[in-house]
Amino acid sequence: MADEQFMTRLVAALRQAFGETVVLEAQVNPSMYGAPLLYVQTERIADVARYLRDEPSLRLDFLNDLHGIDFPDRMEVFYFLQSHQHGHFVALKVRVDRENPHVPTITGIYPAADWQERETYDHFGIIFDGHPNLRRILLPDDWVGHPLRKDYVPHDEGV
Amino acid sequence: MEMNLDLGLEAVDRITEEQLKKNVLFTTLEDVLAWARSNSTWPLTFGLACCAIEMMATSGSHFDADRFGIFFRNSPRQADVMIVSGTVTKKMAPLLRRLYDQMAEPRWVIAMGSCATAGGPYVRSYSVVKGVDQIVPVDVYIPGCPPSPVALIYGFQKLRAKIRYEARARKRVMAHGG
Repeated sequence: MADEQFMTRLVAALRQAFGETVVLEAQVNPSMYGAPLLYVQTERIADVARYLRDEPSLRLDFLNDLHGIDFPDRMEVFYFLQSHQHGHFVALKVRVDRENPHVPTITGIYPAADWQERETYDHFGIIFDGHPNLRRILLPDDWVGHPLRKDYVPHDEGV
Repeated sequence: MEMNLDLGLEAVDRITEEQLKKNVLFTTLEDVLAWARSNSTWPLTFGLACCAIEMMATSGSHFDADRFGIFFRNSPRQADVMIVSGTVTKKMAPLLRRLYDQMAEPRWVIAMGSCATAGGPYVRSYSVVKGVDQIVPVDVYIPGCPPSPVALIYGFQKLRAKIRYEARARKRVMAHGG
């Protein structure tokens, strides 16, 4: 399988560059163009993103998507990278503590992440350390809470 | 039927008086104003969601709202009617209220579609106002998701009837007494 080979090569390259522990899990996700899905160490996400963008054989130059996911015991941030040069895709995930949700920003590597990280902060309350302008983007500035979190309590229950 | 009205117009001759009896109408100033206002209900150019597409179609050539005196104005100062055409979010609500406050009286509000009427399919959403009548007083509610242009024109006919009725009855007619 070409997808499996690409994933193996990718994981090996990342582990060589950043050590064994940088990739926690890896699998091929057939629902995402066969892109490899890697769980990456949260504090290394910016380094990994910079490597994936600048490495000539990978050249993932385009941030396709960035969003948060809320689970009962943890939160995750999802990154979907695309290479216009090679035509391949890579999905990254980092795990975030629900009580202390901090992730390093990747706005320095992908400027497109600016508004995406603001939206993730707005909806999930995930704080992107180093973001130049981490304010709410969709909800009003005086909104209380982060409404896409599972434990969010709305102010009005509806009719 | 022969009308025996004395118009009290002593200065006109008999022939002119006969002609005046056929052409002069007696009414109240309020009724004339309401008649004029109801025939030039100028809405504010202001759309919020998919209902706005139907609203735009209403003013297009096929449905031609101009023939009812429904002519979109780009300034709230010149508008008589606010068509709330779509979903009102909590972020939009203060801006909508400000636009309403900028409109000169007399002014009317049409809640177009189920979102503006009661929140519609987003009634359980965290971000949507459950009916625009919590923000501004609404005169006419039009059901539908979205209402067709014909339904919007029907709503305008209801508004015109209401304007004239309110002038005759000398009172405002609101759902919540507003």
